[in-house]
Amino acid sequence: MLTPDSLNRINREIAKYPGDQKQSAVMAALAIAQEEKGWLSSDAIEFVAIYLGMPPIAVYEVASFYNMYDLEPLGKYKLTVCTNLPCMLSGGVDAGEYLKHKLGIGYNETTPDGRITLKEGECMGACGDAPVMIVNNRRMCSWMNPEQIDKLLAELE
Amino acid sequence: MAILGAINPMLTLGLNGDNAWRLADYVKRGGYAALRKILAEKMSQEQVINEVKKSVLRGRGGAGFPTGLKWSFMPRSFPGDKYVVCNSDEGEPGTFKDRDILRYNPHSVIEGMAIAAYAMSATRGYNYIHGEVWEIYTRFEEALDEARAAGLLGENLLGSGFNFDLFAHHGYGAYICGEETALLESIEGKKGQPRFKPPFPASFGLYGKPTTINNTETFGSIPFIMNLGGEHFLEAGKANNGGTKLFSISGHVNKPGNYEVPLGTPFAALLEMAGGMRGGRKLKGCIPGGSSSPVIPGDVMMSCSLDYDSISKAGSMLGSGAVIVMDETTCMVKALERLSFFYYEESCGQCTPCREGTHWLYKIVHRIENGLGRTDDLDLLDSVTMNIMGRTICALGDAASMPVQSFLKHFRDEFAYHIEHKKCLVPPDVQRAGSGFFKAMV
Repeated sequence: MLTPDSLNRINREIAKYPGDQKQSAVMAALAIAQEEKGWLSSDAIEFVAIYLGMPPIAVYEVASFYNMYDLEPLGKYKLTVCTNLPCMLSGGVDAGEYLKHKLGIGYNETTPDGRITLKEGECMGACGDAPVMIVNNRRMCSWMNPEQIDKLLAELE
Repeated sequence: MAILGAINPMLTLGLNGDNAWRLADYVKRGGYAALRKILAEKMSQEQVINEVKKSVLRGRGGAGFPTGLKWSFMPRSFPGDKYVVCNSDEGEPGTFKDRDILRYNPHSVIEGMAIAAYAMSATRGYNYIHGEVWEIYTRFEEALDEARAAGLLGENLLGSGFNFDLFAHHGYGAYICGEETALLESIEGKKGQPRFKPPFPASFGLYGKPTTINNTETFGSIPFIMNLGGEHFLEAGKANNGGTKLFSISGHVNKPGNYEVPLGTPFAALLEMAGGMRGGRKLKGCIPGGSSSPVIPGDVMMSCSLDYDSISKAGSMLGSGAVIVMDETTCMVKALERLSFFYYEESCGQCTPCREGTHWLYKIVHRIENGLGRTDDLDLLDSVTMNIMGRTICALGDAASMPVQSFLKHFRDEFAYHIEHKKCLVPPDVQRAGSGFFKAMV
């Protein structure tokens, strides 16, 4: 189900916790599974459950509670825009509107070519860099004015 | 460099260049001297805790609880595992200081946590890092590797016989995990739903063991307190408000970012350091301590100083030191609508008053903003907040209610105008100009 590299990474996470507390690695394991597969299918969730010796429903509870896990397939790039108040005051909402216009899609939609899924996010803890957005949960992009957004979109092929 | 300015800094002093976060650089700035001294002199736990008490360091995560007192609650002689946990789940809108502390000075947090562990007989620690700042998480892991390789973490620290190991745990998008017991649940591999207190974490914490949880900046301040002495740290701030603090300033200012200033510094001085108001416009309102703290009208804020007591006197909270600045182009209804949506979205759903109440708060503010408000909506909002506050397990319900109450208290006329005229008091094109986004396009 997962590559040896992903399993090695999960094993490193398990080692951070006391021997009888393997389930503490569930958040990391799901993040690693999602990184490899692009999203978390029922099979992926069940695999993580068996690997960590947890009931699948307990893993599903975690996967559905935290916003950054994706339980449905999405585009090659997930672009999450912060529109919370501090970002809004510096153009976060405008940046979202600009992206919708450029991509021809709304929030929670994917471009017809399967390239980009647009999401509205909550505070990312980087309000000084507003407007901010994150690519695929990993790469934070700061000070995203129209010019910077155009550059990012050109890069996300 | 994202620390944009400082007055008499301690925490951010000497953070120059791309390698400031590295172990070698930290040691050059005097790093790990405090830990070495404590271990070499076999300083007593009481001595360490007393020094922290003398500093009057108050929790930097938002609650402002005295750190030394919190440490003294730990049952140090209790046999078995004990934990120290760092709360870097920085998701309170407006707050972005811990990100920079971990980005530029991660070893100060590691050293602070090791000293805390020594003082409270803990042998294991976790730093819970906000999932959205992934680069910070990977950097912290690298800093941990450096510390471990240098014998500053792990078995028999620096040959002292004291064991302490520390690990990073990442969040994955849940504001509620900034609440300390939700954070513990999350480390235990569960949904982040707060626990009923008591028992407090000092008696029943991570995996049911005694645990102390402090904010990143709190731990990061510890080495400086031990090096300079608690009294010196206290004097750097003002009475009952020890030390310097990082303030994250965002919104309608020319230079948003982090600034380290002594507690008690006038707000006007911080505003000036941040380049003043964007476009020279007038300050309309200010949220002084993260989105959960009550909004303060601009003229009142201009006469406040930045410390726990002064902000409290003005009817709000210093909180995490996240100062959200709003100028006259801001529609207060729209601002509150966005905050209310946030709390609705982030309520964990455990307590009915919060789960249902935050939905109602958002729904009502949303309809006012969209021209569908009813004449009794403002009273209804007051009533919903009164039925949430004090009736939930954790503080998220209060945090959702306080912005609503304070926006209505100070800007009631603007809400009434919205309901009566079905539009903003501030014209949409003026609001749009305020954000500066489309100006960059022209």
